[in-house]
Amino acid sequence: MKIKNAQISQNTRILSVGAYRPTRVVPNSELVDAIESSDEWIQQRTGIKARHRAADGESLVDMAYAASVIAIKRAGLTAADIDTVIFSTITYPYQAPSAATELIARLGNVKAAAFDLSAACAGFSYGVGIASDLVRNHTAKYVLVIGGEKLSDFTDLNDRATAFIFADGAGAVVIGPSEEADLVGIGPTIWGADADSRDAILMQPSWVDFKKGATTNEIGWPDISQEGQKVFRWAVYEMAPIGIKAIEAAGITTADLAAFIPHQANERIIDSLAKSMKLPESIVIARDIQTTGNTSAASIPLAMDRILAENPELSGKLALLIGFGAGLVYSSQVVVLP
Amino acid sequence: MALTQDEVLAGIRDIVVEVAGIDGAQVSMEKKFADDLEVDSLSMVEVIVACEEKFSVKIPDDEVTKMATVSDAVTFIVANS
Repeated sequence: MKIKNAQISQNTRILSVGAYRPTRVVPNSELVDAIESSDEWIQQRTGIKARHRAADGESLVDMAYAASVIAIKRAGLTAADIDTVIFSTITYPYQAPSAATELIARLGNVKAAAFDLSAACAGFSYGVGIASDLVRNHTAKYVLVIGGEKLSDFTDLNDRATAFIFADGAGAVVIGPSEEADLVGIGPTIWGADADSRDAILMQPSWVDFKKGATTNEIGWPDISQEGQKVFRWAVYEMAPIGIKAIEAAGITTADLAAFIPHQANERIIDSLAKSMKLPESIVIARDIQTTGNTSAASIPLAMDRILAENPELSGKLALLIGFGAGLVYSSQVVVLP
Repeated sequence: MALTQDEVLAGIRDIVVEVAGIDGAQVSMEKKFADDLEVDSLSMVEVIVACEEKFSVKIPDDEVTKMATVSDAVTFIVANS
């Protein structure tokens, strides 16, 4: 007896996107005293003017739920149609059960396959690649991919390197079969890691060390720390070739792109990447970071939602996504915008 | 063939002018990148990567943090080119 062949593979695309930004806006002026900095300095180094941070009592899954409801509705579906949920995050404050299962319980869709994905700022692009392959091979029909973070819970407001960077929010997309059978809506994913530089961005101590230290106050909370220069150098000079590989793998050129939606880490990384890849000036570049900050896994879907709201004519056009972050890990693909 | 100090200084001058948009006459050995030449920490990364390409030299991250002045960079590049 042999296992029967799977069905013939099908093309996939992003059917919709939804976003949620917490209502609390934190301008630079609110953060500068604790780090002896200035609004001008922060803007010059990062492009960030303000960011959203969750209100007291507002959880990661509250934000993800809000984004998911919008994405599912825009796809013309109901929660019951979603058969798989991939929740990309590094800030869910429980080791188990997963954020994805909390989300499906909230959505009233308790039977969907659901799991969390830990790939930091590359997590959304990792999720898009995995979801596309699941749909392509009929393992799933409609996959909800969420990038959500409540980084404010893991940000040291006295750290001069990170206090102003990280923010909160959630974005979601629904990935399913292309409506037009011959439309490839999600290009090949180019992904990988540079784990030799694992120390460049860290959340430490471990929960176990925290537990040991909590009684003696010797060990602090696992806030995120990063070596800014090292990460900047890696992001700009190692990621541009990855973006170019994703463009080549999709069988297009930079001239075919309508939009560039990189992880919103730092506006100067975004500018340098665009320059290194020699992107034509006609391409719309996502700069959601200016008012949203760096929301790690959430930043690409949040930026995608904004770029489509501000440029509705981009719907159906090609965009290059590229995520990169702690690990160090990266992922990139060309997609047709919903 | 090893590069001379003058060749490296001239090359760094061009790079700093390009990255920081300042007058090349300001770039001399004793100048500090951050305080005198408007090269902040992220621009410094651009300067270093441009130097690596121009002089075919590898400059590790921990060396970058030690390079406060133009002289520091010139000395490292001359010694390692």
